[in-house]
Amino acid sequence: MEYSLEEVMETVQMTLYHNFDIRTVTLGINLKDCINSDLDVFKKNVYERVSGYGKMLITEAQKLEDKYGIPIINKRISVTPVALIIEACVEPDAPIEIAKVLDKASKDVGIDYIGGYGALVQKGMTRADERIIDSLPEMLSHTERVCAFLNVATTVSGMNMDAVIRLGKTLKEISSMTENGVGCAKFVVFANAPEDNPFMAGAFHGVGEPDFSLNIGISGPGVVRSVVEKNKDCNLTDLSEVIKRTTFKITRAGELIGRELASNLGVPFGIVDISLASTTKVGDSVAGIVEMMGVEKMGAPGSTAALALLIDAVKKGGAMASGNVGGLSGTFIPVSEDSCMNEAVRVGALCIEKLEALTAVCSVGLDMIAIPGDTKAETISAIIADELSIGVVNGKTTGVRLIPVPGKKAGDYVNFGGLLGETYVMEISSFSSHDFILRGGRMPSPITSMKN
Amino acid sequence: MTKDLVFITVIGKDQKGIIANISNAVFKHNINIEDLNQKIMGGYFVMTLLADTTDSPITFSQLKEELAQIEARMGLKIQVQHENIFKAMHRV
Repeated sequence: MEYSLEEVMETVQMTLYHNFDIRTVTLGINLKDCINSDLDVFKKNVYERVSGYGKMLITEAQKLEDKYGIPIINKRISVTPVALIIEACVEPDAPIEIAKVLDKASKDVGIDYIGGYGALVQKGMTRADERIIDSLPEMLSHTERVCAFLNVATTVSGMNMDAVIRLGKTLKEISSMTENGVGCAKFVVFANAPEDNPFMAGAFHGVGEPDFSLNIGISGPGVVRSVVEKNKDCNLTDLSEVIKRTTFKITRAGELIGRELASNLGVPFGIVDISLASTTKVGDSVAGIVEMMGVEKMGAPGSTAALALLIDAVKKGGAMASGNVGGLSGTFIPVSEDSCMNEAVRVGALCIEKLEALTAVCSVGLDMIAIPGDTKAETISAIIADELSIGVVNGKTTGVRLIPVPGKKAGDYVNFGGLLGETYVMEISSFSSHDFILRGGRMPSPITSMKN
Repeated sequence: MTKDLVFITVIGKDQKGIIANISNAVFKHNINIEDLNQKIMGGYFVMTLLADTTDSPITFSQLKEELAQIEARMGLKIQVQHENIFKAMHRV
């Protein structure tokens, strides 16, 4: 036999016992050619495009799950930023109407989330961008599956602080219109947002993309945790090697399935996003890997170094396995979606300041963090500005997904349900950032951006 | 012509009839056994069977359903995976 029994069983055991899966296959769809000055025709075009390809995506992904025995957990769609396609629509409710069509098309064919309701406003806002931002509270409380994003900063352009000011208020408004503020879980604010990210809630199909692009997000915190567990006594150099080898294998599996799926759909293959993405399942946790490496609780001194080693090894293994690594390709540290992160918050090992430090080495930002409902809008804006500055200055993607939970205070428990998980409300500094934030304007791009 | 090869892997308590039942099921659907490996790993019976499904009229999901019946009857874990996944993960 060309493969040893041990090799075959390694793959089988990854799937059976260590939650090895393809976390998401996300089909990017260009909607620019659906635009029509007649809103009804425009809506019909969008519905047909999204539902038609959505249906094919689900069917073909299911066939590959059967063929390779690797579960494909999420089948998703990202579309052209909606701010771009509603430019020509004069109807005041056009943004919401398009969101409702995206929601219905997704629901009708079984796509669980569709991303792209957003805008890129790092240097300023068009009228359409403003309409999108204004519509966010209503959109997120009247649709189920549509995810929103806003890119407010890049390394090249700096940070649009006027947009950041608005977002503090917008997040509070979204929160007040949805149960436990859960609408905020479907909205990400970015610095340096990638155009080919397959992961929700921040996925969108960028303007540099072709008509279609199939992007794939692999995953395996459980697999990596299990190899770290098997290598209890080795030093960090050797540990990095075993993580690299494991990531190589799972990325190759992702690349194989992504390419075959793209070919079966008749669309170009985009990228493999090699991010380690936690789920609420016990054992499928990035914080669990850090703890298995020898840090007692995520957030304790040593966590940032451990996470830096982890993500470096993941990138090196992934880059060897695929010539098309892209998207976010960091390590996700969402609080509510990761059981070990949650426990670390509960026992007081992890605070928001340490989370900010962790994002300096791993991406992808302050993710799924519940904060007190009475946090001031300017304070929320200031937290966003802090996190995005890390992205801007270091030339990498950072995002913020904060959830102000109405009526809850620091330490309170909140359950967002399903994939979004559960968490404890984090304590936020009571000192004011009011005067700094309300200065507004645009923070200039850092000197490191001048590379030409 | 390229062959459509699949790995059927079995994990479970050693008992009479595992190979007989599985080989009978694949034979019924015109699937040829190319290779077979088995051993006891950590107290469990472990088997990998490489099968050529090129001439078989049934789909992956139908083969899985058929083997799921043996899985339930004998208390085993049976996986069916196309060979390409092993090539991708274990060969550069």
